[in-house]
Amino acid sequence: MSAVVTVRDLVKTFDHGKVRAIDGVDLATEQGEYLVLLGPSGCGKTTLLRTIAGLERPTTGQVWINGFDVTGLPPRARRIAMVFQSYALYPHKTVHANIVFPLRAARMARPDREQKVRWAAELLGIIPLLGRKPRQLSGGERQRVALARALVREPAVFLLDEPLSNLDAQLRATARDELKRFQQEIGTTTIYVTHDQAEAMGLGDRIAVLSAGQVRQVGHPVEVYDDPADTFVARFIGSPPMNLVARDGVLVGFRPEHLLPADAVPAGDRVRLKLAVDRMEYLSGDRHLYGRVSGLGPETRVVARLPATVTSPITAGEAYDFVVLRDRLRFFDARTERRTDPVPL
Amino acid sequence: MSSVSAGADPGAVTAVEVTEAPTTGSPAAAPRKRLADREGALAWIFLMPSVAYIIVLVGVPFALAIGFAFSDVTAGDPSFDWVGLRNFRRAFDDPVFWQSLTNTVIFTGVSMVLIVLLGKVLANILIANFRGKWLVRFVVLLPWTTPVALSSIAWLWMLDSIFSPIDWVLREVGLLGEQGALLGSGSNMYWLGKPGLAMASVIAVHVWRITPLAAVIMMAGLVAIPRDMEEAAQVDGAGYWRRMVEITIPLVLPVAAVAALFGVVFTFTDFAVVDVLTRGGPNNSTQVLTSWAFFRGIEGGDIGQGAATALFIFPILLAAAIAILRAVRRMDVR
Repeated sequence: MSAVVTVRDLVKTFDHGKVRAIDGVDLATEQGEYLVLLGPSGCGKTTLLRTIAGLERPTTGQVWINGFDVTGLPPRARRIAMVFQSYALYPHKTVHANIVFPLRAARMARPDREQKVRWAAELLGIIPLLGRKPRQLSGGERQRVALARALVREPAVFLLDEPLSNLDAQLRATARDELKRFQQEIGTTTIYVTHDQAEAMGLGDRIAVLSAGQVRQVGHPVEVYDDPADTFVARFIGSPPMNLVARDGVLVGFRPEHLLPADAVPAGDRVRLKLAVDRMEYLSGDRHLYGRVSGLGPETRVVARLPATVTSPITAGEAYDFVVLRDRLRFFDARTERRTDPVPL
Repeated sequence: MSSVSAGADPGAVTAVEVTEAPTTGSPAAAPRKRLADREGALAWIFLMPSVAYIIVLVGVPFALAIGFAFSDVTAGDPSFDWVGLRNFRRAFDDPVFWQSLTNTVIFTGVSMVLIVLLGKVLANILIANFRGKWLVRFVVLLPWTTPVALSSIAWLWMLDSIFSPIDWVLREVGLLGEQGALLGSGSNMYWLGKPGLAMASVIAVHVWRITPLAAVIMMAGLVAIPRDMEEAAQVDGAGYWRRMVEITIPLVLPVAAVAALFGVVFTFTDFAVVDVLTRGGPNNSTQVLTSWAFFRGIEGGDIGQGAATALFIFPILLAAAIAILRAVRRMDVR
């Protein structure tokens, strides 16, 4: 059985069924995979993670870990390790005592557990911190201690709940890189919850996009970005998000970077549009054009992102000929908002 | 770019004009500070009532007590004559004083331990989520909300030498009143009539009364522990007792110490329970400093003696409070 964690028909309701935090989720992770649960606040991603951890009891459905049904089991029987958003380090214990705690709880012999702590601390580069108390650590150091505490148990799966959200923006980029390298070194299956799509794209082997307690799409970052399963994913992923233009019962979608001046795309099967630019932003070398597009359906506000390599002169307040390559267009049913077959334009 | 934003959003232009339009207030009304803006003055005004209260109702009696302790004032002869340390010397020569002091320490020590332990258990019940918890919470807090005189009198009846319902229950279950019964063959326990039992009864009633307060204090401490902490320990594989001993109790310890301090203060200075249940008896076996000071100073009329005895409470309590608060400060858990 290659799936480390499998959830089946999982439903979790709160307040006597009034709130459906998880609304029928089926999901399986593969061995050694980095699966990211991505969604806006309140979409149920943290509840899903907590249910896998055993901190929440599902209303219906099952959780399987390593081939065993653990649905009714307490967290400690599940061979999991979790890093909390707050890190939840024990404030009255030293770093060493924090890391050794799970091993003592597992009644490991002292020489063995000292060796384990040493190994984990070395891996995360926190040997010099072992004697300190959590309040004497910086945010990044705390995160590493929390990881070390999770690591020493050699769990079947790591569960990480927005572990980067408490770090400042500069530290977050390096911490993200460290997390990824760490996971590749350990090779342990990881489920990672975040609302930050950059984190999800950068870290995930696969991304599960959640909304309103349901999985909208599971796939490789490229898949989720290029071939969104529905308009929610199309709008949620990408910054700026995918443009959607209504036409004859379908929504025609195209990414901002595929809407380009006609003179910048000389060849290929092009769909011609008219873009009336009313505002322009210059962001890290790219030009973001805000305006109204016509020629596809009713006039719709869209965004175009011109990379630095496209140098066509554009002035706000003017209208220009723009094109999208036909194979870049995505089609969604206007009623169900799911992907549909292309329609002739 | 600028021409676009102006043209595209005419509302923005109007908004700018509006903010410039209002003229400043009439020159006659110069800005001035009102009483409500002067924090220094406000501080004094708000503090005055409590300062007055403390001076009149705590400071003055305390100063009087110190004065009386060095005087020969009695109920019959209220004239003040300085007698130096005579009252203290006489108190130290009196074996009942030493017995009262010993009893006070036992009463306080045993009560404090029981109050903290039971308070912790009750606090766990108070924060637990179950059906009918409001009823349990109500019942748990009842002893603390009942006036001490009333509840002590109720206990006086419960512990009555002949009609005690406790004795009746013990007799019915066969622990008392039969040949070879565990608690003796007599028909009654005489709870307040035997020295050891009397002390145990006084402690039990006092613990019964103060525990709800400790429980509420401790509950605040338990609620303040982040839920993550408990959950992290669960995920780390710790069972109930390990979580309790290694995580919850260390984190709640500073608050528990505060509860202990309240327990010490309320027990050390308690007078009502002893007065109602035993009046210090039998044979001074439940006599505590407060009751002894009351019997000597008020009932016996020797105000100087009573004041000297009561004053003895002060340094002991001060030392205990400082010790506990220092211990709390050293427990840097957060």
